[in-house]
Parts: sequence; C-alpha cells; structure tokens
Amino acid sequence: MPEAPPDDPPALHVENVDVTYGRALSALRSVSLTVPHGAVVALLGANGAGKTTLLRAVSGTLRLHRGVITAGRVRYGETVLDGRDPVAAVRAGVVQVPEGRRVFAGLSVDENLRSGGLGLGRRGRAQAREARDRVLTLFPRLAERTHQAAGLLSGGEQQMLAIGRALMAAPRLLLLDEPSLGLAPRMVYRIAEVIREINAQGTAVLLVEQNAGMALSLAGHAHVLEVGETRLSGPADELARTDAVRRLYLGEPAEDQGAA
Amino acid sequence: MTTLLDNILGGLALGAVYALVALGFVVIFKASGVLNFAHGSLLLLGGYLTAVLHDDLGFAGALALAVLVTAALAGALDRFLLQRGGQDAHSAHVQTIVTIGIDIVLLTDLSRRIGGDLLSLGDPWGDAVTELGPVTVADSRLAAIVVSAVVIGAVFALFRFTSWGLSLRAAAEDLEAAALMGVRLGRVRAGAWCLAGALAALAAVFLAAFPAPGLERTTGQIALNAFPAAILGGLASPAGALAGSLIIGLTEAFVVGYQSELHVLGEGFGDVAPYAVMLMVLLVRPTGLFGAKGAARV
Repeated sequence: MPEAPPDDPPALHVENVDVTYGRALSALRSVSLTVPHGAVVALLGANGAGKTTLLRAVSGTLRLHRGVITAGRVRYGETVLDGRDPVAAVRAGVVQVPEGRRVFAGLSVDENLRSGGLGLGRRGRAQAREARDRVLTLFPRLAERTHQAAGLLSGGEQQMLAIGRALMAAPRLLLLDEPSLGLAPRMVYRIAEVIREINAQGTAVLLVEQNAGMALSLAGHAHVLEVGETRLSGPADELARTDAVRRLYLGEPAEDQGAA
Repeated sequence: MTTLLDNILGGLALGAVYALVALGFVVIFKASGVLNFAHGSLLLLGGYLTAVLHDDLGFAGALALAVLVTAALAGALDRFLLQRGGQDAHSAHVQTIVTIGIDIVLLTDLSRRIGGDLLSLGDPWGDAVTELGPVTVADSRLAAIVVSAVVIGAVFALFRFTSWGLSLRAAAEDLEAAALMGVRLGRVRAGAWCLAGALAALAAVFLAAFPAPGLERTTGQIALNAFPAAILGGLASPAGALAGSLIIGLTEAFVVGYQSELHVLGEGFGDVAPYAVMLMVLLVRPTGLFGAKGAARV
C-alpha cells in the first residue's frame, strides 16, 4: 500500500465539544465521538439530549440557532469544521439531512435535487448529471415525479428526496437526523434499506434516531446521549444487549422485571 | 374608443415601470425578509446620477453607471449594514426599520442637491410621439413597455435557470435547509439587493421621461405606488408583483383618464386609487393575488 497521510481515508472526529445556546444554555458538555471512513454510527437519546445540537456542531449551522462551540474540536480528516460555516462542511464532504425532511415544498423535485449541488459551485454543476442519475437509481419513485412540486409528495417520498438532495453533493459522510420520524413502519424499513445501500456505496453515516431498534441494527458503533453528556458508548450489538438501552430505548422490560 | 386605447397604453406603460420597482421590492423581501423603505430613495439616486452624468457620458453611459452605482450601493448597504443584524425573522423586522433610517439619510441629501429643480435625464426619446392607428403614444411610453418586458423577462430567467436564482428561491423557502446545502446566504441576499437597486435606477429613467416634466426630488415618492402593487401581488411573489403593477398602472391611468366622469370622487383620486385597489383585493384575498398561505417569511 502506498504511503498515505495519517487520516486518509478521512474520519470525523468530535473531540470534547461543549456547545452553548444564547450564551447561557449549555447543550453539550465534553462530548466526543468518531465516525471512521465508511462506518455507520448511531447517536441515541431522548428529546433534548443534544443529538441535533451535535449534528449542528458538525454541519456548521449552530449559528443560525444562536449556538456556539465553546470548547473542543470538530474535524473531518485534516479539515477543521468548528467555527466554520456550512459551506465548509459541504465542501469537505460532510452533508446533513435535517430533521423533519425540510424539502423545498414550492420547488419541483428536480429543483430540489439541483439545490443539493449548490454548495459545490462549479464542481457541483460538472458532476450534477452523474449524481442525479445515481440518486434516481436509488429512488426510482422520485424519477417518476421530477416535475412535481416537492410539497405534494408523501412523507416517505419527501424523506427520500431530502436524502437524495444531500447525496447530490456526493458526500463522504452523511449526517441523518431522525430519518424515520413520522413515517409508516413499511417506510421505516425502506429507509433503513436505503441507508444500508448508501453505506455500501462507501458513504459513512452518522445516524441520529429515536427509533433505537432500527439505528442499532444498522450501526457498527453507537453512543447514547443524556442531557448533553455521553452516557454510554460502544459496539451497537453490545449496547443493544445492555439493560439501560433495552429499557429506555427499545421499549423492552428489563430482564429482572421480565422475570418478576 | 381612442380614449380607451389611450388609457390602456398609458396604463401599461405606467404598470411596466411600477413592475420594475415592485419586482425589486419583492426580490428584497423574498431574499432577506426586509421591507425596503429606502427603495424610493435608491430610485431617486439612480435618476439623479443619470441626470448629472449624461452631459459627460451620454445617456447610455450615464444610465449604465447609475445602474451600477445604485446596485453596488444597495448590495453594500445589505452586506455591511443590514446583514450584521443576523438572518432570522426578528432581525428582519429590525432591519426593516433600519431601511427607514437609510431612506431619511439618502433622501435628505438628494433633496438638498436637487432642490426645486427639474432635472432632465437626457433620454433619447424626448417628446417624440408615434401614431399607432387611431392613437398617438409618446415614444418614452413605448420604450418603457418594451424595456420593462425585456428586463423583467431576463430577471425571471435568472430566477429559473441560474444557481443564484435557485439559491434565492431555496433560501426563501427554508433558510436552514438551504444553508445545509451549502448556499452562501449572505452573498445570495446581497445579490438580490444589487438586482433591486439596478431595477430601481432603471425605473427612474421612465418615471422622469416625457410626459413627466423631469426628475424632481419627489420622484421617489411616485415610486411608492409600486408598494401597493407588490402587496396586492403577494409580496413574496415576483409574478404577483408583475400582475399587481399592471393592475395598479391601469387603474391609475383609467381614473385619471376618466376624471371628469368620476368627479364625485373628488379631485386627485388618481393618487389614492392604487391604495383603494390594494385594500379591495386584500379584503377578498388577504394574502394577495399570488401569495400562498405562509408566503410571509417566518
């Protein structure tokens, strides 16, 4: 193997990050995690645990919510991402799919996909056709509706469009915020399949989920956040067996209670 | 019959000019959520620059420079003054009030310079007229219609086919999602302000051309008739601004043209008519003609 720089292929490193909103509200305290190249890492936790905040810290959108990283580092490979704008993340190959899909409802499906390449500038336009073909192969349903307004799609289709839009920037790391939220079980299954497929094509995924069962089945590693701090972390299958996770996130009774 | 055609042509010409102003107004609102109360002064600035430069540079050169300077000033005001306040809805309200301050500063200075004068912009049409069958139209009005149609067509193409246009429309729908796609919000916004400044400077030419006597310090206020046009169109809709402007232009032309039949309404109803139409439309459609529910940025 030829000599490679220390962090190539790149990995996402979040190191001891503190985040504060509005100079007062502490949302994350000394949180660390790593997403290796090509891996799927799950981030679990209740509402308000800081999962979305962590994604914002990576994607550079904290400022839109008056939040700021007060300590620690975020870097992707050699690229420092903390204190940068979202363009820096997109250009480094890190793209976030926001919670609640947030497709541009008044724009057509095609225009939504085009918008996914906006952060890359000229490079994006050059590779747009190729990226678009890949997305439409992954989501044949969208190919039938390219001229339809995105707001008229079903919830599941909108989620696919939101993921497809992010894929237009050809990310090496995809940040997914609650992709199963509000979807029918069959659609949740389909989204899980899609995530697996995207990962198989070489894109790493940082997956934030309330649906812990789905997330743990996809991920190699998982972290559990609780009120802004890392409570548990480890290999996903091990976490899935721990008592706390089963009781709190998988909705199963703990073993001692089950025996009672 | 002749009066009718006369009024229609006059109304279209007026509406076309209002459309240039209203479109800028709408583009700014769409991009930044700010109601630009300094729009009339920007227009006056564009007109003033054309007026003082045309002796040296010729009309075309003066207009080109005026358009560039007004565009640059509008863009710079947004980038270096307004954008410091942030991008959310609350800051947009503060920034709207800041534009009132900008308006006062610009208007005071330009009024001082213009004084009571009537400035000629040196446009090539003068008071020439063209016979179109039974009606006689001022060349300046025909030019207003043609130039506006071409320019507005180009602006719509910009919205639809360029990255900037797509960025603008995406950001207007969802600021954060657009940011996540790597849209540079600050630049897109400043671009919208530049475009609006350029359109305003161009509109000044036609507001000051024949049959108007020339550029006065109050010309900027005439442009405020584009304000009801933008609102009745839906405020965030460029197509609405176009429709609204034509409605307002035609209304004004008809009210003035048939003033003798409308004397029950009193003298000078033409000045009030745009606002009366706006109110009537808003009573039936509170979000404007093309305004969707939630078109206002929140």
